Amino acid sequence: MAEWEAVKPQNKALAWFEERLPVLSLVNNVMGSATPTPRNLNYWWNFGSLAGLMLVIQIISGVVLAMHYTPDTAMAFDSVERIMRDVNYGWLLRYMHANGASFFFIAVYIHILRGLYYGSYKAPREVVWMLGLVIFLLMMATAFMGYVLPWGQMSFWGATVITNLFSAIPVIGDDIVQLLWGGFSVDNPTLKRFFSLHYLLPFVITGVVLLHIWAKKVSDSGNPLGIDVKSGADQIPFHPYYTIKDAFGVGVFFTLFAVFLFYMPNALGHPDNYIPANSLVTPDSIVPEWYFLPYYAILRSITFDLGIPGTDIIFIPAKLLGVIAMFASILLLFILPWLDTSKVRSAKFRPAYRIFFWILVVDMILLTLVGGRKPEGIWPLLGLIGTVYYFMHFLVILPVLGKREKTLPLPESIANPVLKAAE
Amino acid sequence: MTMKFSKNIAIALVAVAGMAGAAFAAGAGKAPETQKWSFEGPVGQYDQAALQRGWQVYKQVCAACHSLKYFHFRNLADLGYEEDMIKAFAKEYEVAGDPDDFGDETVRAALPQDVFPAPFANENAARASNGGAFPPDLSLITKARHDGSNYLYSLMVGYADPPAGHEISEGKSYNPYFKGGEISMAPPLAEGILDYEDGTPATTEQMARDLVQFLTYVGEPKLEARLHMGMNVILFLLALTIIFYLSMKKIWKPVKEGKNFYEDK
Repeated sequence: MAEWEAVKPQNKALAWFEERLPVLSLVNNVMGSATPTPRNLNYWWNFGSLAGLMLVIQIISGVVLAMHYTPDTAMAFDSVERIMRDVNYGWLLRYMHANGASFFFIAVYIHILRGLYYGSYKAPREVVWMLGLVIFLLMMATAFMGYVLPWGQMSFWGATVITNLFSAIPVIGDDIVQLLWGGFSVDNPTLKRFFSLHYLLPFVITGVVLLHIWAKKVSDSGNPLGIDVKSGADQIPFHPYYTIKDAFGVGVFFTLFAVFLFYMPNALGHPDNYIPANSLVTPDSIVPEWYFLPYYAILRSITFDLGIPGTDIIFIPAKLLGVIAMFASILLLFILPWLDTSKVRSAKFRPAYRIFFWILVVDMILLTLVGGRKPEGIWPLLGLIGTVYYFMHFLVILPVLGKREKTLPLPESIANPVLKAAE
Repeated sequence: MTMKFSKNIAIALVAVAGMAGAAFAAGAGKAPETQKWSFEGPVGQYDQAALQRGWQVYKQVCAACHSLKYFHFRNLADLGYEEDMIKAFAKEYEVAGDPDDFGDETVRAALPQDVFPAPFANENAARASNGGAFPPDLSLITKARHDGSNYLYSLMVGYADPPAGHEISEGKSYNPYFKGGEISMAPPLAEGILDYEDGTPATTEQMARDLVQFLTYVGEPKLEARLHMGMNVILFLLALTIIFYLSMKKIWKPVKEGKNFYEDK
């Protein structure tokens, strides 16, 4: 584990300040700009810094948007249109913010999948993983509330559906829903508290991101081989090597982001959200943003009560069971470090796990598709199969696989295979 | 068989890539006919002559029932009109003025900064005049419908006789592109309903195309600025990415050659 390392600036003024308040040392020890880092990180390791950058973009564009936005049911929709039409570069800010949310999720989903593939959640990085999940949950809450703010049809009905989920909680459910609404339906108080929280949570996320990075610094970066750093030869300084590699990743990712932002800014949204909210007209189908679709599919795939078959005894009604399944699908990941019993971290040396990893990815894509469809025909069944498999993967396959799987021999050190390849 | 299967997978991936929500919502109406539009593609722009004709169609036909609440007279500058012409246009309309010295309501001639006046005072008045149906505001109509520009065009030219055995309710018209097939709006466009100021023959298709240009513009007035900036940003990012890539290759050379940085440790 890394020890505290004092920074001694060359500049006299800086040195004077650093002696009195060691902020540079703090940043260096928490973030570790000059930290020795495994020399073999591949491009899948780019997505952490990309996610961080997207957070910054969201905060900056969001703070400026908030200067022009009005959180009031009578004016919210109009104020957004005013931003689009009359505020200088308002269209740019809003499209950046709306598509930025999607690209934030893209970066984070790839970052999480990278963690799953390379076993980044395993000892000693369990806390890094869990803090990441906290960020993910906070992001979902923030994105959900942000989508409500334009006060279009999908905003209103999405908010109605999602807040109503909490009514499934026994005894206190209805009180929780009333508290979320600030009244007896989704209305002005709801919009105002969602705006307030939507502004607050990104700063909470920033705090947890710092903890996430700090925890990573303490336990060192993982790497594609999943073996520990054995000597200095395994490492290179973060700067300039990973700074420039991250910069290259930013270039590629931002180009893709720009294609959406400038050429198809509404492709990821829903046309119904350009219709002002109307509590008397329910849209044809209420669909959340694409990044929520797998969880929405899990929620809707449970259509049966849990009870004793053939009797009227019901332990858990279908609605509550669906809500439990949806939350469990993410909360489950908190105990993933202990569900996966394999001693080997990287899927590179776990041939069987590698197959199951890709089946899980296909399963998530299937659930995404199911989440976007009306629950008709074959789709609910596919949703149920996808949901059952999702839980099977984590609760049955991973614990058994870790004990049964014949893993491949691990390389001696990070430097060894890397150095060999260079010869 | 496999072709079809892989096509399905391709469609599925496109759906994942983003259309997930939008693609499935269209539901009941017939899929719109795809038209070519000048504002499509990375270098798209509005056709100014078509915008002016479309504005004429909106003003003389649609405005009888549909409001356009995000369109101000001043926006006519984007259509290529000069300031004094815009002032003259606006003057033809009356809007509510400030209360007079006795507190009574007044009206005044519209100014460029005013919104184009709505045909009805409120939703109830609109419904009362339209057999219970509410003509929606058209400011965002092409963005509030899936494949909006093509949808609007198809709807405008899509009125037809109902299929045999299909009963149409009183006061409704058959239009397969409208959800459910029955629309409260009578066919709004017909040849000869107006004479274009620029002499273009006013066929139904021509008016529909011009109207789509105009209403797409009203929905997305900053499209040209957006596409223009997009091209610059993407070219810049591509150049930057190439520079980053070459720098990375150069900087990483010693690492690739196996240089050790922490040997003394």
